[in-house]
Amino acid sequence: MVSSVLAPVQERGRAALERLGLPTRRQEAWRLTDLKRLAAVAALPPCSTSVRHALPAPSEGVLRLVLDGSQPSLEGQVWPQGFSLLNHADLEQVLGQILDHCGCAEAWPVEFNHASSHQLLALRIHGKVPPLELVLSGGDGLVATRVILILDEKADLDLLEVVLAEGVSAHSHVIEVHIGQEAELRHGFLATADGQASLLAHLAVEQAPRSRYAFTSVVTGWSLGRIEPRVVQLEGQAETTLKGLAMSSAEQQLATHTAVRFDGPEGEFDQLQKCLASGQSHTIFNGAIDVPRVAQRTNAAQLSRNLLLSGQARVDTKPELEIVADDVRCAHGATVSQLQEDELFYLQSRGIGASDAAALLLRGACQEVIEQLPSPAQAWQPLNRVMESLDR
Amino acid sequence: MIRPDAELLLEITDLHAAVEDKPILKGVNLQVRAGEIHAVMGRNGSGKSTLSKVLAGHPAYRVTGGSVRYRSQDLFELEPEERARLGVFLGFQYPVEIPGVSNLEFLRVATNARREKQGSEELDTFAFEDHVREKLAVVQMDPAFLERSVNEGFSGGEKKRNEILQMALLEPVVSILDETDSGLDIDALRIVAGGVNQLATTDNATLLITHYQRLLDEITPDYVHVMAAGRILRTGGRELALELEQTGYDWVDKELAAQGVA
Repeated sequence: MVSSVLAPVQERGRAALERLGLPTRRQEAWRLTDLKRLAAVAALPPCSTSVRHALPAPSEGVLRLVLDGSQPSLEGQVWPQGFSLLNHADLEQVLGQILDHCGCAEAWPVEFNHASSHQLLALRIHGKVPPLELVLSGGDGLVATRVILILDEKADLDLLEVVLAEGVSAHSHVIEVHIGQEAELRHGFLATADGQASLLAHLAVEQAPRSRYAFTSVVTGWSLGRIEPRVVQLEGQAETTLKGLAMSSAEQQLATHTAVRFDGPEGEFDQLQKCLASGQSHTIFNGAIDVPRVAQRTNAAQLSRNLLLSGQARVDTKPELEIVADDVRCAHGATVSQLQEDELFYLQSRGIGASDAAALLLRGACQEVIEQLPSPAQAWQPLNRVMESLDR
Repeated sequence: MIRPDAELLLEITDLHAAVEDKPILKGVNLQVRAGEIHAVMGRNGSGKSTLSKVLAGHPAYRVTGGSVRYRSQDLFELEPEERARLGVFLGFQYPVEIPGVSNLEFLRVATNARREKQGSEELDTFAFEDHVREKLAVVQMDPAFLERSVNEGFSGGEKKRNEILQMALLEPVVSILDETDSGLDIDALRIVAGGVNQLATTDNATLLITHYQRLLDEITPDYVHVMAAGRILRTGGRELALELEQTGYDWVDKELAAQGVA
């Protein structure tokens, strides 16, 4: 897992960070970010002690790997049929390539990860394989993890990434995925923390024709959380689904910046982003969809639904559609509302107390996204984790 | 069934209520005893639905005068959920859709809240499934509706059946059914009315709020009240509904004019 290939990447990352400096409010992508918190993340020392989280038993048949940013190798790991580690030559060839295709070069969180990561998990997936669960566990400082997945033609994988953290710490994560022709990846991302830790996660996914990618993210409890899924349909004709739930409380700030680009015709895209903000927290959603001239007959739909659960909470949502092709369908919409009085009253009129009724409605609002997580998520009781995070 | 010595369940006295400072109820008086079925009729805007929402405690309606005693207790001192637990049930004209909340879970939580007040044992998931399946028969409802989100994507008829299913589960003392017949075809109306008839006993009472006589072909009321301009203008027996069917509400205007209201 540790690879000498990372040494030049680190060098490059450090040089880029020096050149770029910290993001500023003048940059559109960072305009709403709490930059003080970002600076605090950047100043964190590397993690010296990993937290030993109590993990639930994995669901049957699930391959679980724990990455804490420092583990030297996965030697001795028995790989089920269909999984193989990328060899050195392969790695040199693909490393960074998907990031480039997805337009992530020079993105600050990516360079930050480059500069910090010592650990790389690079896997090739062939055929239909058992579900894979990656537990990205936290430590006392900055933990950086990096993953590359190459799904061969017709490969089929359920992937769940679980990010855990406690105390003042941060997690930087970059995952690059190539999905071959007719391959299918159901990708879950469950990131829950205790309100003090920060998370910067960057996903670069490229899809070959007739592939299917379904990404479901559930993010809650981060002081500063920013996840950035970027997907490119290399030649169109693929299916992409993004479902996201960000639930912030106290003074947390959770941002979701998605970008999907169609570099060919007849791509399908469906997106639902739900943000729930309570306390004095702040959620941000930025959803870019890029449909250049080559992407005729693209069919895309984006919906951003937001619930403001307190008078001091704040929601920012921005669709960003750039459509050049003329024969396309691109629907988008955004709503911001409070818990509906009529829904609350309906539940109360059935004997359910006001606070229980509100909790039931919130569970319902979250469930719509949570139920899309791939099967290994069940072991983690995601709905309960999310609701506990809100209670904190 | 009228029994003068039956328990007085609901006593509404000179009730006034407003929505956004607009007075709607202007002195409603009504007494409901155990075993009775009352029909409240009237045109749109007469205050029928407001009466039902005020009794259930909807926050948008403000009581500005008068009183309602439920089994000798001041109803307005109780939160909506407390009224429900004590046996006041409102069947909604437009049942609310709640995406993501399973109907089965919702019904279980509601049933247990009521059972706790009744001194009955709480039902766990398994016991409740058996319990609810028995009650489905009351409204001939497909068990598949239990697995769906509360009322989401239900047709008008299915929503009303779901309301009566809740009534069957909650075993209310006073049921107020707000235009339960609206939007139902004749078959659905018979099923829903059949459910209400099965649930009516000598110990409970039902208040049917309706526009039309056709519901009263299926459920025979002991009293028929005609509401107009926020008050009960006239009270009679079943024959009053039949008379309304024949003559319409024109006489209401005359009577109100005579009283100097309209």
